[in-house]
Amino acid sequence: MSQYLVLLYAPEGDEAEELRRWSQLPLWLELTEGLREAGLLVANGALHRTESATTVRVRNGETEMTDGPFAVTKEVLAGFYLLDCDGLDEALRHAARFPTAEFGSVEVRPIMGPGDIPVAG
Amino acid sequence: MAARVFRDERVAVLATLIRHVDDFQLAEDSMQDAFESALATWPRDGIPRNPAAWINVAARRRAIDRLRRNRSAADRAARLAELIRLDEQEHPTTSEASMIADDRLRLIFTCCHPALDPSAQVALTLRTLGGLTTAEIAHAFVVTEPTMGKRIARAKRKIANARIRYQVPADDEVPGRMRGVLRVVYLIFNEGYSASAGDRLTRGELCGEAIRLGRLLVELMPGEADAWGLLALMLLHDARRAARTGTGGYVALADQDRTLWDHAQIADGLRALERAVRFHRPGQYQLQAAITALHIQAADPDATEWAQIAGLYAALGRLSPSAVVEVNHAAAVGFAEGPQAGLELLRLLLADPALQHYQPMHAAHAELLNRVGDRPAAAHAYQQAIALTQNAVTRAELQRRLAALKVK
Repeated sequence: MSQYLVLLYAPEGDEAEELRRWSQLPLWLELTEGLREAGLLVANGALHRTESATTVRVRNGETEMTDGPFAVTKEVLAGFYLLDCDGLDEALRHAARFPTAEFGSVEVRPIMGPGDIPVAG
Repeated sequence: MAARVFRDERVAVLATLIRHVDDFQLAEDSMQDAFESALATWPRDGIPRNPAAWINVAARRRAIDRLRRNRSAADRAARLAELIRLDEQEHPTTSEASMIADDRLRLIFTCCHPALDPSAQVALTLRTLGGLTTAEIAHAFVVTEPTMGKRIARAKRKIANARIRYQVPADDEVPGRMRGVLRVVYLIFNEGYSASAGDRLTRGELCGEAIRLGRLLVELMPGEADAWGLLALMLLHDARRAARTGTGGYVALADQDRTLWDHAQIADGLRALERAVRFHRPGQYQLQAAITALHIQAADPDATEWAQIAGLYAALGRLSPSAVVEVNHAAAVGFAEGPQAGLELLRLLLADPALQHYQPMHAAHAELLNRVGDRPAAAHAYQQAIALTQNAVTRAELQRRLAALKVK
């Protein structure tokens, strides 16, 4: 089994759009419960809007903080699922089931295991 | 001799070795080692009675050596143990034998995995299934060797890091994934057949490679109707290659010297088309092959079954709508029902802003205008088509037609 971080990206909608999306909550709960019962779910979460984000950088020993996300983009990170899957195909199958896939984008990233850390020589 | 035998056997051996070592790069490097050792020993000792078994054992032992040296390899101990176990086994078990039959399918579906960039799917397929060198692939696609090398290396890294499993997809995913595989093979063929850049109209080696892959697909999946359709399409097109470029210039189908056609290959293509038709599931490649077959079977250009061809283009347009199909449909209707009917269909396309830079549309428009006798408009359309043509051979042909217009 390998771990995949499934990143849910979507355009930030206005209030009406946000309400419309949250009306799909029962579908999300059903999907999440299904993943948990199948033993695939490691963690998940929905994120507050990017206006609540703080970006931290340390430069020359100084900690700099910026109000907002690290980059301003049309589609922003809105939530994530950490899944334990038997290969990429299984992770992609689940990625396509999230409602975000229909109005935003779902990025699937493999998590590095101890054996993936590059060793010199 | 050793090189030829090796080439014939390498895909099957490589496909199984990748499953055993669970690492594309390691498997390929070990195959290369085995190849070099075959080149050194076969001419001296003679070709082994069972070359595939020889290569299999040699490549596996080189993989064991390589894994022993590479201390950083993931799961090294487990993979080594498995390889050594296989090496000690005298005869493969029956379940192992049926696994081996599926290995080439695993290899095809992995090389054509939709999570890989399409250009990487093509490159990886040519590299691992076709056995072409990186330099050959780079040359065929007009990029530098380091660029192509990076593209292939990146694809292999993604397979390893994202854990793209070495497997045949689940039953419900096969149709979609199969379309992807056929598309990769057709892309390879088309790159050879229509050479998107440069002066050469065809690059035979790519066409030949695509046909070899097409034959492999129908051998492994004889129940896939459109795999037969694709094989038929490629055979029928490729059979006319010599006539298409005969004197260095482009020769249109109607003007081709039919004695230059490869008639044995045409018969082969028609047999593949019959196999496809028997499934009663006309796919996009089968429809295109049927159109090509009608062109070929016409005793002379005037005897072409244009009404049937127009019908096939209409079916193709419903199945996979595209500008190419629409333009060809209009041209076929232009022959079946007269140029005015063709122009009628083309009018909608000509009004589409997205198609203004589509050269074949302007070329078809020019032909139809010429046939209704509107020479000034035809000349203008030819000029538009010429301005949009990158291929020198096609441009020369369009210029010839434009010049012919003025003499009339």
